[in-house]
Amino acid sequence: MARPARSNARVITWCMAGVIGMFAFGFALVPLYDVFCELTGINGKTGGRYEATVGADADVTRTVQVQFLAQNGPGMPWTFRPVTRSIEVHPGEPVTVNFFAQNPTAVAMVGQAVPSLSPSEGTLYFHKTECFCFNQQPLAAGESTEMPLVFIVDRDLPAHITKLTLSYTLYDQSKQAKVSGTVRAITTTNENG
Amino acid sequence: MSAVADTHAQDHHHGPAKGFSRWLLTTNHKDIGTMYLIFSFAMFLLGGTMAMVIRAELFQPGLQIVQPEFFNQMTTMHGLIMVFGAVMPAFVGLANWMIPLMIGAPDMALPRMNNWSFWLLPCAFLILVSTLFMEGGAPNFGWTFYAPLSTTYGPPSTTFFIFAVHIMGISSIMGAINVIATILNLRAPGMTLMKMPLFVWTWLITAFLLIAVMPVLAGVVTMMLMDINFGTSFFDASGGGDPVLFQHVFWFFGHPEVYIMILPAFGAVSHIIPAFSRKPLFGYASMVYAVGAIALLSFVVWAHHMFTVGIPIAGQLFFMYATMLIAVPTGVKVFNWVATMFRGALSFEAPMLFAVAFVILFTIGGFSGLMLAIAPADFQYHDTYFVVAHFHYVLVPGAIFGIFASAYFWLPKWTGHMYDETLAKTHFWLSFIGMNLAFFPMHFLGLAGMPRRIPDYALQFADFNMVSSVGAFMFGATQLLFLFIVVKCIRGGKEAAAKPWDGAEGLEWTVASPAPYHTFVTPPEVK
Repeated sequence: MARPARSNARVITWCMAGVIGMFAFGFALVPLYDVFCELTGINGKTGGRYEATVGADADVTRTVQVQFLAQNGPGMPWTFRPVTRSIEVHPGEPVTVNFFAQNPTAVAMVGQAVPSLSPSEGTLYFHKTECFCFNQQPLAAGESTEMPLVFIVDRDLPAHITKLTLSYTLYDQSKQAKVSGTVRAITTTNENG
Repeated sequence: MSAVADTHAQDHHHGPAKGFSRWLLTTNHKDIGTMYLIFSFAMFLLGGTMAMVIRAELFQPGLQIVQPEFFNQMTTMHGLIMVFGAVMPAFVGLANWMIPLMIGAPDMALPRMNNWSFWLLPCAFLILVSTLFMEGGAPNFGWTFYAPLSTTYGPPSTTFFIFAVHIMGISSIMGAINVIATILNLRAPGMTLMKMPLFVWTWLITAFLLIAVMPVLAGVVTMMLMDINFGTSFFDASGGGDPVLFQHVFWFFGHPEVYIMILPAFGAVSHIIPAFSRKPLFGYASMVYAVGAIALLSFVVWAHHMFTVGIPIAGQLFFMYATMLIAVPTGVKVFNWVATMFRGALSFEAPMLFAVAFVILFTIGGFSGLMLAIAPADFQYHDTYFVVAHFHYVLVPGAIFGIFASAYFWLPKWTGHMYDETLAKTHFWLSFIGMNLAFFPMHFLGLAGMPRRIPDYALQFADFNMVSSVGAFMFGATQLLFLFIVVKCIRGGKEAAAKPWDGAEGLEWTVASPAPYHTFVTPPEVK
């Protein structure tokens, strides 16, 4: 019976190390996924605030069509639409467009817009210097607002891309905003916004 | 069971305790293996009953029997119970029974943990099944529980589901550690790694897969738990998360999981085919390397389940080629089994019938898998009945026929009696015909565009669905015959010799039938 030449304790230790390591790896996939998507732009999430390089000129020989879509997330009652549906831009020039949002309900609410760009190949070449999606948007009952977006299409946009579609989905964040106790003047909670 | 108890007189060690405490407190690998097998068969019948509800509803177009909400609960629970309750515990039961006997060990290396890992399972499934009676019903989001269906839109019982998954995950991990410790530490002197029986090899690799991926499953359900109850946004787009992330993490677990459900069957069939061909297994070493290669490749193919989420072309190509590469080691195994049979002195007792059907039908399932691996074609097949046909072809005649083959092969060793061969052959043929009737038409339904997980369908799908339902009822009812055969075999029958199959090889046939309560107290010598 006195057989275990090797120690069971050693096998258990190694196996438990593997188990704990893989459990941690599961969670590590979350930041890894974000980094991977940021580097490749494949999930259509556009980057954070972009610092424009001063003096970069527009490439007037080229035009790119940028289309805007707006939709509501589930249960979101706001009116939400782009003021400009489509615009022709030259790569390199800063362009300002507005989105309209109105809270038709009788209570104050907080919205958060999440962008998605298509084709995803263009994601890395679409820069926002100012965007309402960087912040949560509170609106009082019945209040409406125009929300600005300033963007630059990169001059290095691959030549075969002639059209970009930017879609925003607006989510109801009233509950989450109340939890954090800051209904007005909320700073960004959305790094990928 | 009484047959097992009777033989302990010849043994100078103590026999099993009497009554319920024998089963509750046992640390004997044979008792625990038996409990695993009984539990898994009970879950097989429960999951099968749910499949019958699904097929009854789909017998005709329109809503006849159940409401769509309940239908979704049935598809979800059927999948979860079959995967985690029927197939996985059945293989753990076989491992418990056979690995110590095959490597000449007196018991599993960690017998008390073995007891615990079994008794966690009924607790987990009690929780899971109880969700059916909760307000809002059981989980209804499919066994893959994609976010946000399972987070934002999940029923209140989702938290109980998560808890159940945690417990069964802990049970599987403990089972896997036990298998690894047993195989690495308790092999008989002279049994080098490359002399181990293939069932032992496949289980060793399966155990490593379990250790690698069950924690990832635990991680993904923990993230769900936090999204649902603690306000995090792992999978919630409005908070900066991404639902597609869920699919990546889930399938990182999910793809190796499908090999966890098939590799032990590969091992068992690699014992049965040589036994009834009366020839040694063709290409033992290549079999071992093929299983290792399949296990390694299983970690780099997960995104073939999600071609349609918008993966860049380079990613689609990578996952497509990696997936197709798995066909190479799998092909090696299939050709080795065929080569083992080639010019053998074949006989077709029930284990061999199930094993041969396994090889043929699993290969069909593999081919439909290759079709699904083609990324551009997958855009058409995705979420259709073609996928349902594919994974039922690899799981029913793959995993489950593998389990039936193993059960018939080793029943004489477990009970000391031969099972009724005529009834077993009837069981095989009814299962074979029923299973093909049930699942083959699903290929056509899927190619014609019928989506998965729907309680109602367009009229043009009516005929094939009716055929499929008839086949499913036939397959389902046949499994009661299996229950009868096993009970009959336990209660009596022709006395089994220590080695009832003349072509069988291995240490398990050197002990008496039924296997005494304690075996290999002194280790055998392996040359």
